[in-house]
Amino acid sequence: MKPVAFEYCRPDTVEEALDLLKEFGGDASIISGGLSLGAMLNMRLVRPKALIDINGLSELASARAGDATIATGTLVRQAAAMKFPELMSGVPLLAKALPNVGHYQTRSRGTLGGSVAHADPSAEIPLTLVTLAGAVKLRSPRGSRDVPAREFFHGLLTTDRRADEMITGLTWPIRREFTGYAFDEIAQRHGDFAIAAVAVAATVGGDGTIAELSFGLGGVEDRPLVAETAAFVGKPATDATAADIANTVAEAVDPMVDLQANADYRRQLVRVLGTRSLSAAFAEAAELRESA
Amino acid sequence: MLGGGRAQQPIRSVDISGIETPGRWIGARYPRSEDAALLTGNARFIDDMEPVAGIRHAAILRSSHAHARILSIDTSKAEALPGVHGVVTGADIAGAINPIPSAVRVPIKFYPIAVDKVRYVGEPVAVIAATDRYVAEDAMELIEIEYESLPPVADPVAALEEGAALLHDDVGSNQVHHRTFRYGDPDAAFAKADKVVKLEWRYPRYSSTPMETYGVVANFERQPDRYTIWSNFQGPFILHALMTGALGVPGNRLRLITAPHSGGSFGIKQAMFPYMVLLGACSKLLGCPLKWIEDRLEHLIGASAAADRADKVEAAFSNDGELLGLRFDNIVNVGAFVRAPEPASVYRMHAASNGCYRVKDIFVENRLVVTNMTPIGLNRGYGGPQFYYALERVMEAGAKELGIDPAEIRRRNFIQPDEFPYDSPTGATYDAGDYEAGLDQALELAAYDDLRAARDRARADGKLFGIGMAAGIEPSGSNMAYVTLAQTPEERAKAGGRSGGLGTATVSIDPSGSVTVKTVSTPAGQGHQTVAAQVVADALGLRPDQIDVVTEVDTLTSAWSLASGNYANRFSSVVVGAIADSADKVAKKIILIAAENLEVAPEDIELVGGEARVVGVPEKALPIRRVAAQTHWHPAGLPEGMEPGLFETTILNPPMLEAPDEQDRVASAVTFGYVFDLAAVEIDRNTGEIEIVKYVSVHDVGNVLNELVVEGQIYGGFAHGLAGALLEEFVYDAGANPQAGTFADYLCITAPEVPELTIGHFNTPSPHNTLGAKGMGDGSSMLAPTAIANAAADALGTFDVELPLTLNKTWAKANGLDYARAGAARAKVGDGPREAGAVEGGLTGSGAVELSAPPADVWKLLLDPDTLAAVVPGCEALNQVGDDSFTAQVTIGVAGIKGVYNAEIDLKDKVGPHSVRLVGKASGALGFGEGEGRVTLEAVGDGRTRLSYTYRANVGGKVAAVGQRMLGTVTKLLIGQFFRGFDRRLKSGGNGDNGAVRPGFFRRLFGGGGS
Repeated sequence: MKPVAFEYCRPDTVEEALDLLKEFGGDASIISGGLSLGAMLNMRLVRPKALIDINGLSELASARAGDATIATGTLVRQAAAMKFPELMSGVPLLAKALPNVGHYQTRSRGTLGGSVAHADPSAEIPLTLVTLAGAVKLRSPRGSRDVPAREFFHGLLTTDRRADEMITGLTWPIRREFTGYAFDEIAQRHGDFAIAAVAVAATVGGDGTIAELSFGLGGVEDRPLVAETAAFVGKPATDATAADIANTVAEAVDPMVDLQANADYRRQLVRVLGTRSLSAAFAEAAELRESA
Repeated sequence: MLGGGRAQQPIRSVDISGIETPGRWIGARYPRSEDAALLTGNARFIDDMEPVAGIRHAAILRSSHAHARILSIDTSKAEALPGVHGVVTGADIAGAINPIPSAVRVPIKFYPIAVDKVRYVGEPVAVIAATDRYVAEDAMELIEIEYESLPPVADPVAALEEGAALLHDDVGSNQVHHRTFRYGDPDAAFAKADKVVKLEWRYPRYSSTPMETYGVVANFERQPDRYTIWSNFQGPFILHALMTGALGVPGNRLRLITAPHSGGSFGIKQAMFPYMVLLGACSKLLGCPLKWIEDRLEHLIGASAAADRADKVEAAFSNDGELLGLRFDNIVNVGAFVRAPEPASVYRMHAASNGCYRVKDIFVENRLVVTNMTPIGLNRGYGGPQFYYALERVMEAGAKELGIDPAEIRRRNFIQPDEFPYDSPTGATYDAGDYEAGLDQALELAAYDDLRAARDRARADGKLFGIGMAAGIEPSGSNMAYVTLAQTPEERAKAGGRSGGLGTATVSIDPSGSVTVKTVSTPAGQGHQTVAAQVVADALGLRPDQIDVVTEVDTLTSAWSLASGNYANRFSSVVVGAIADSADKVAKKIILIAAENLEVAPEDIELVGGEARVVGVPEKALPIRRVAAQTHWHPAGLPEGMEPGLFETTILNPPMLEAPDEQDRVASAVTFGYVFDLAAVEIDRNTGEIEIVKYVSVHDVGNVLNELVVEGQIYGGFAHGLAGALLEEFVYDAGANPQAGTFADYLCITAPEVPELTIGHFNTPSPHNTLGAKGMGDGSSMLAPTAIANAAADALGTFDVELPLTLNKTWAKANGLDYARAGAARAKVGDGPREAGAVEGGLTGSGAVELSAPPADVWKLLLDPDTLAAVVPGCEALNQVGDDSFTAQVTIGVAGIKGVYNAEIDLKDKVGPHSVRLVGKASGALGFGEGEGRVTLEAVGDGRTRLSYTYRANVGGKVAAVGQRMLGTVTKLLIGQFFRGFDRRLKSGGNGDNGAVRPGFFRRLFGGGGS
């Protein structure tokens, strides 16, 4: 379990990092926490010519709250994010998702941006970003662009990032009023890749119906998905509707199969976790209305 | 972390200055002296050791094939790489050493490296020595091996079928051992039974995965020729003799030295001895010292595991629940070789086949089968988990069938306290016990009546709630001779007598007066140092912190014997006896010297508080240190006839460990502890989650030497048992490719998965041990799988449960659905064996697409190489090598995980424009695949075609072992990509006419080639 020899570069600025990316023409990997990349290097599954270590780019390690969004630098550690009050209260879904990411120890090293770049189908951070319709900030020598998270993940470990681009940050929409958030997942062991994960953001109208709904699924298909739920907007935000939505979505997905679970079980988890989380989000939103 | 309540307790400091003897240190909750070094990073492990200069680092190239003939190995490119010192192959080794001997007399040549063929994925094929491990692994990739695939054997039952591929041609069968045993009159017992209960199941293959993997430093030196091997081995025990046999040297020319600390073993490190032979031989061949540290990938596919088994049991009961007779039918999958000490795993419990019960009439049939899987070996509980899964599940099933409470049926059959020492009909002599008292304590701790009421309430609410239990004895301190049950009495007579299980210890006091204890017990975290110091402190009137305990072994200088090592709970059952005895010898000498100096009778001297005092006259005393020093500084002043020095060694052989008799009865162990486990579970019908509502474990470990150490062992055993029950399994596909090659797929249990454990103790001191202690440490690793299975069975209302009870499996069972793990080879019980030798894939699938052209056009285009070259990304070269045969080079991968594969493909059963069958294989750096598929075209309306496909592939190598999560998804992805491209091409009017096929497409379509 020793990697193939690679060049190790530790740029001091984003510009330098981008120059290096260009220099190696796509044959370089950016490393931040290294939690996935480290193992893949050691197993010789990946053999980049160079590693660009961005851990020195402190400019990417902070978060900044705006009016409607919070921007997190790609290098914000998962543990640091959990200790950043504005982010945790501003983006409650992320606050609910992060304790499910790996373990205490791995979160102190793993970064928000690294998880998005790796694009594991089960990963919680991409799922949360997709569910909230956040965005991924990318930079290259050609300039910057913001890619909506829902367009960023192409499939298993595959994203919209081009070879000369690096992720510099993530954009998290701040909580909306009368909106409930819920996150849940099931894995064989705590901290494992979830067999299935669900994330919900549900806005309930004054009449008790669903005003807006985002129902995200992780670990089910080859990328984090937002289920098609437009037909349920306007329906009463009740437990019965929650079950209805989850059951409908469970039939529509085409789940992956692996050693831990078959497609039927993943569908079942979409039903069970989906019903539970949709109900919880509806209840939270209704409560916010009542206390308003 | 384990078990809520205890975790709250502050860690005690080691400050014991306030405690005065004569309180006994034995039995105290004395804090472990080992922990300081471990917790402060000062422990020294094998990887920290560089005992000689000029060490080269070794990497081991391993087979990625389960079963294949080695046609050629070309090491020239690897040897030419700068930094490479040399490469050793199986042929080199076979020319240098003898095969490693086995306890089973079959014509199998077991070398520590593949010679003519490979027999399991992970089998060593070549050893590379280089300046560092990085270079060695670079060189590993440059070795070119030509394999000829052979049909794999991935299932122990299928292995026995007529026509199954043979692992070892000279044996003529995959069955390498078969014996039957009859004790009493089992047929008569079954004939008079009111009720016969039968169970049949597969027991999964799992292991323990210590944090520290195997590590070896080997050095062959000249004048005199001697192999010195530093390692984290847990021996030397009998394996030293096997290693010298293989290396062809006398015992004193193989020097084994263990590292000061071990990062855990749980038995698994027994199986590293072939690597010690291999690295020793390589050191000699290459002329340099070598260091090899096993990595986690190597460990998970190539180290060792407990046996998976295909077992059956029958139990005969009377209507009132008396257990009249038992029949065990065991099929043990030993993997590719019968690696010593196998077949011991199936014989460890044999002499106690009656468990805790009075049953006398027992039949046992044991078959050992070789398959293309990693050889098995010691693992915590060694044979116990499998044995109790039979006995304690059939007891529970009997209770259910007879309408008797499962606690009650056990109570009715328990051996009674006044029957000890109890001679088991199968040979063991149980030293002491009170099984019913243990059961009563467990029921009380579990509040059994409340639990049953809770179960009634839960069931009334439609919930799945179950209670299960398991009772077992825990044999400790093995008789070396139990393994010879593998031979018939006649064979044993011919081979000469075998018996015993020597324990050794040395206690010495040096000229400065400091006390050192040496044991050859190779602890791997069990706390031997702590307990040994307590024992000696009591004997010498000192504090444990005044005594240093050395557990490092050096076979050239330590007092050791055949049984020396760390296994079968032998420390507290045997070794402490030797420690206590040598300490007593030292104490006696001190007393004699002090008595003479103080001019009193020896009976009037006591060793207390660091002094030899006159009883009742505390001011009349001599420091022990001074008395001891006299034996070195002033031997002339010693009492007449006393030998100088204080260096006392005891070699203790428990006298009850006799040779097996002609009826195949053997006193298999010294002490017989007892464990009673009770589990209550609630299963979530919707998710398959199993909540352990209550788990009680009551232990009889004889006299407790150190309660903290005992509890640590109990928690650990419980965690291991739970792992087997719920999580851990080495899954192999039908091609015998390991599927769980990383901790993402081999679900090693971790602290959050371990629920609170309620522990109960009661002691029946063992008469077989000076201190009244019994061995312990296996504990619930043997019983938790069964207790949990019984509880789950009770909850689910069926006895047809199989471990591990994963979420998907449990959910399927709770809902009456069929479930087979993706990729798992093993058929369900009752399905019968799969077709012998068939190459069946772990990766199967099917699908259909609708294409925008009629079948004739699709057919033409499908077989057109230009089209396919265009739509199949990564197809780099294509050659037609026959009418319907092709070779190609393709690059396949996702993200950065890419590999180049060489593919071969044949078209068969071509019926244009309707169907074609494709058979092919591909191989590359990340793995290989073999598979076949069928494509069927069907006209649908509007001049369109429905193309249906099915595929079945067998993917091996790294990608199968470490990329399990990805395989299915990548296959789907590639198929999707292909058809999108193909349909675009159809729409744009692509054409072609020569009927050739680009194989890259089929590699992708049919799932092989590292997809």
